[in-house]
This record gives sequence, C-alpha cells and structure tokens, in this order.
Amino acid sequence: MGKLLEVEDLHVTFQTHGGEVKAVRGVSLALSEGETLAIVGESGCGKSVTAKSIMRLVPEHIGKIKSGSIRLKGRELTTLTEQEMRKIRGKEISMIFQDAMTALNPTITIGEQIMEGIIRHQGISRREAREQAIEILTLVGIANPESRLKQYLHQFSGGMRQRIMIAIALVCKPAILIADEPTTALDVTIQAQIVDLFKQIQKKTGVSIIIITHDLGVVAKIADRVSVMYAGKVVESAPVREIFYNPQHPYTKGLLASMPRLDSDRNMPLTPIPGTPPDLFSPPAGCAFVARCDWALEVCRHHQPAASAFDDQHTVACWLQDPRAKTVKYTLRAATGL
Amino acid sequence: MERKKLVEVKRLHKHFTIGKGLLLRAANDISFDIYQGETFGLVGESGCGKSTTGRTIIGLYQPTSGEVLYDGHNVHTDKSREGKSLMRRMQMIFQDPYASLNPRMTVADIIAEGLYLNDMYKGRQRLQRVYDMLELVGLRKEHANRFPHEFSGGQRQRIGIARALAVEPEFIIADEPISALDVSVQAQVVNLMKQLQREQNLTYLFIAHDLAMVKHISDRIGVMYLGNLVELTTSERLYQDPKHPYTQALLSAIPVPDPDLERERERIIIQGDVPSPVIPPSGCVFRTRCPVAKPVCSERKPDWLEVAPQHFAACHLYQ
Repeated sequence: MGKLLEVEDLHVTFQTHGGEVKAVRGVSLALSEGETLAIVGESGCGKSVTAKSIMRLVPEHIGKIKSGSIRLKGRELTTLTEQEMRKIRGKEISMIFQDAMTALNPTITIGEQIMEGIIRHQGISRREAREQAIEILTLVGIANPESRLKQYLHQFSGGMRQRIMIAIALVCKPAILIADEPTTALDVTIQAQIVDLFKQIQKKTGVSIIIITHDLGVVAKIADRVSVMYAGKVVESAPVREIFYNPQHPYTKGLLASMPRLDSDRNMPLTPIPGTPPDLFSPPAGCAFVARCDWALEVCRHHQPAASAFDDQHTVACWLQDPRAKTVKYTLRAATGL
Repeated sequence: MERKKLVEVKRLHKHFTIGKGLLLRAANDISFDIYQGETFGLVGESGCGKSTTGRTIIGLYQPTSGEVLYDGHNVHTDKSREGKSLMRRMQMIFQDPYASLNPRMTVADIIAEGLYLNDMYKGRQRLQRVYDMLELVGLRKEHANRFPHEFSGGQRQRIGIARALAVEPEFIIADEPISALDVSVQAQVVNLMKQLQREQNLTYLFIAHDLAMVKHISDRIGVMYLGNLVELTTSERLYQDPKHPYTQALLSAIPVPDPDLERERERIIIQGDVPSPVIPPSGCVFRTRCPVAKPVCSERKPDWLEVAPQHFAACHLYQ
C-alpha cells in the first residue's frame, strides 16, 4: 500500500531575538490512505510547526525548513514555488485550526468564505459554488444552510464555528485534512459532537486525517496510528492500541501514567513526569528526555537515539531498545509527592 | 461523624447587568456547604457560573442576594475585626499563571505582599518566610529575586500557590489551577496541592471543567449548568451513579484514554449548544438539550432534593 504523505527527517528552525530555535529536529511521519494519524505532545514540542511545514505555512522571513523531505503521493513539496503550493492547499491538503474565531474572517459572510476556495480551485460559477457550499454545510451538520450562508461568524456558537471551518477545509474534497487542536477550545459536550463529526466525515468521504492534540482521550477515540513527539522529535510511532497498551518509550509511559482517569482510585497519587521539557535554543546533545527519564543511561546523555523498529508497525527512539540495554528492568517509579 | 461546616453558601444569586436592561444570571440560587478539611469540586462547562460562584464566595463580587458564611461570619457584610480577618483566612489560586503574577515584581515581592498587607512576619522573618514558602512548593531560595517571566508555567503556578499559602490561610479557592498547564505538569501541581492539604489541614474549593481531574482531587462534587447547581454528591457516587441527565451526559462525553473501552462505550451525546444565560429556558434550564425532558420541565423549576443519602439533584425525574 502506497503512502499518501511521507515526511522524512524534517528540520525546521526559527530566527528569534534570542537566537535560533530548533523547533523540529528530524521528524519522520507517514500517512496512508483513509487513515487517521494523531500527533501527540505537549506545548512547544513542534507538533504544530510540523503541520504548518507540511502546508508550507511557516512564515518565511523567520522560519525555515532546513532539511528533510515532504512527499505527497510521491511528489516533493518542499521545493515547490508558492504558486504551485497554492494549488495544493485546500485542494490536496486542508488545514483547520484551534480557534475558528481568529482563523476565519469576521467581516465576510461564511458563504463567501466557503465559496472562495471552490471558485479558486474549480473555476466554476458562483451559483454552482453556492450549491456546493450548501451541500458541505449540510454534511457538517448545520441546519438551514441556505439562510446561514449569509451570516457572519459572530452569529455562530463555538461548536458551530468549528463545523464551518471543517466545511471550508473539506469543500474541495482534499485527500488530507490536518486538524491542529480542533477540540481544545471547546466544552466537553461540544467536543464529543465534533469528534463524532470527524469520524462520520471520514466514513463518507474517505479523507485521511492528521489530528494534532494533547488530549489522549480524543486520540483513543479517533486515531488509527499515533506519533508521540517530544522536544522536536518523534519518540514513538505505533498503531493506537500499541501506544496505549504496549508503550515502549519512557515519555509515552509517563504521559499515560500522569493522567487521572474517571475510573481510577483517587487515593493513589498521580505519577507526574518530573521537571520540564528542555530549552530548544540549545537542545541537549543526547536524548532530549534524559533529564526527566527514570531509566536514563550514560549513553543517553551524549548520543541521540535513532528510531528503531520494535516490531514492523512500531518504532521507538530510545537507547533502551538497543540490544545492549535489554537487561534494564522496567519498574514503575514509586509515586512520590513531587 | 459530625464535621464542622467551614463555608456555608445560602441561596446565593449573582446577576450582572450587561446594558440594554439585560440581566446575566451568572449564579442562581446556589446553596452548598464546605466542611473543614475537605476538597469540594465545582464542575461545569464554560459560562456555567462556577468561577462567578467562587469569586462571590471569596468576596471579589457582592452577591445580588443570598449570603456566604465563613466560620459563622458573613463574608460580605461583617466589618468587625474578625470579619476582616477573613481576607487572610481565605486565599485564591488563579487559572492563568501568566496573567496572575505581576511581571514587574520579583517573586519575593509577590509572595511577601500579603505578609506586608496583613502585618505578618516582620523584619528579617519576612524574607525567611518567603524562602520557606518557595521550598514548600518545590522551588529554591535563589528563585526569590527573579521575575515571573523567568519561570515555566508549572513553576509560576507554584509561585501562585506559595503566595496564597504565605499568609497561613485555612481555605483556598483554586479556580482552574491546572488547565493552562501541560498534562505531565498538571499531575505535579495536583500532587503538590494534595500534599499541602494533608500537611497544613487546608480546605479547598476546586473549580475546573476537567471532570477526571476534579474527581481525582475532590471529596464531594457539585455540578453546575447555566448558572444553576444541578447535582451534588461524593465524587465516588457522582461517577458510579449520576442522577441528573446533564451529569450523565457530561460523564459519557469525556473521552477515556483507552482505545478498546472508548470504541465500545455507549455514549449519550447531547445535541445543540448551551443556551444564553441572559435568556435562560423556562423551568429546568437543561430541558432544551435534555434527552428525557417532559412537559413539566418547561413549566416549573425542579426542586433541589436529596434523591439518595448525601446525594442531591434538581431534576423532575426524581420529584
């Protein structure tokens, strides 16, 4: 089965007053047709920058794709001109953002905003475009689409705005939908509606989805595969069940252990990951997780671990996977207050 | 066991006038007690009035009607010496660790401000108190002369906790104290709060929208919807046997980090959005989204009843 999208060894840096930030430091991802890939990680781990790099939306005067390759159906995207890229955005790959109120234009009716993409990519008349806009609004579950086309963003609730953004992204039937924290700004009951909408849309249109989130509950519900990012790198990639039931990287284990669950015993203290993520102005020479890792070895301080195959679906970037380290015994850290 | 009621909230209303003669009913007829030494969780979606309730309890807002008693003293009207001391005995931890610390003050000044205002720990003792507080929350003495921007989100929240605890309070209102933090850091702050509660016999009002975290930290939980308290019971009971349809929907909407369980689970997805609190529905405020609404729900507001021992709900299903 051919991969729809492949990202290989992507490096992205930003020039700031404080120096160069290495936001993405060698990310590799793969997305198959009809699949949902979740990218998980904490703020600042480079998950949004990776997504924006795929869309080539990293602002060019400060951000730079240093090296690496992004291939859509075998076609290299990093070397395309802006003009060529415009034919891909919206038509081949679409993106939706966390906050619809700032991502969409408050002074233009939502109908215009939906039709803009259709007219640009398909070159059809306004009337036909309007019909498609009505069709897509129905698909995302907005009642009375004819009259709502004439309304502005502020006339919609938070959940409805998210639906409109999804409609705009899907209207040209892209092969890939990238959703950057699509449910984070929403209340739980609305969040459940939107997550369900993603699943329905995927069933109906077959679109492949990359969802970026820090909510492991959403991941469990929606993802087929998961890539866990930490400090600009993918530390573990596996099918969703493997990530939750057989995690290998200490960071993945730590993330899962630090979340309270509704069915867990509340007298047990939570198991946090001590410390904070490293500074990406000067990333550590070795593994970025070494300072917070309970199983850190001497080699972890000096050399970055390469991604190694745990099995054919599951890759881990950790020195504990090295055959010479296999004698290390995993024990869960005794839960301490701090 | 008869426990001491530390905070008594009695029929508290807080309405805001928002111009054009409109009234925003942010908190409507809220009544509950908080016992000494417990953690009381208040949950609900954004705009449900949980923060307004917390801010009114501590006296940041004057109530429209109703009263809040702290250890027998009315928080809003008691101007006696005892009444004024409540400002010290109740402290607050805020949601946004970036906005709630003055960027122009050093950490030492931030923590010592309450000591200065309350005339506590004079002279050399004051700086020592600051150092002690920093150590208590897991920071170091060297941090005292730094400014807030030099710290990460989790560290800032620790500074906010140190500031609240410096004046030896008994009761802490924590308004979404962890929602601005990353998952791995949230657990650090929650464990710290639990540890401090044991060591200093603190009472907490923990306000949050993350039901899993609230359940983890609270002894009892109140659920709010559109300005009203709809259910109140122990955290175990609330999870095992939720009575109000809104609580049931809320619990079932929370995604569980467990793929097999998550994909099998029957869930109640409530349709539509929260109505405007300016024009709330007649009768029961949840009826417009309720899967089991009856005609009576639009006619009359359900009474607040004890539907099971220590389990209160306002719903016509149980009237």
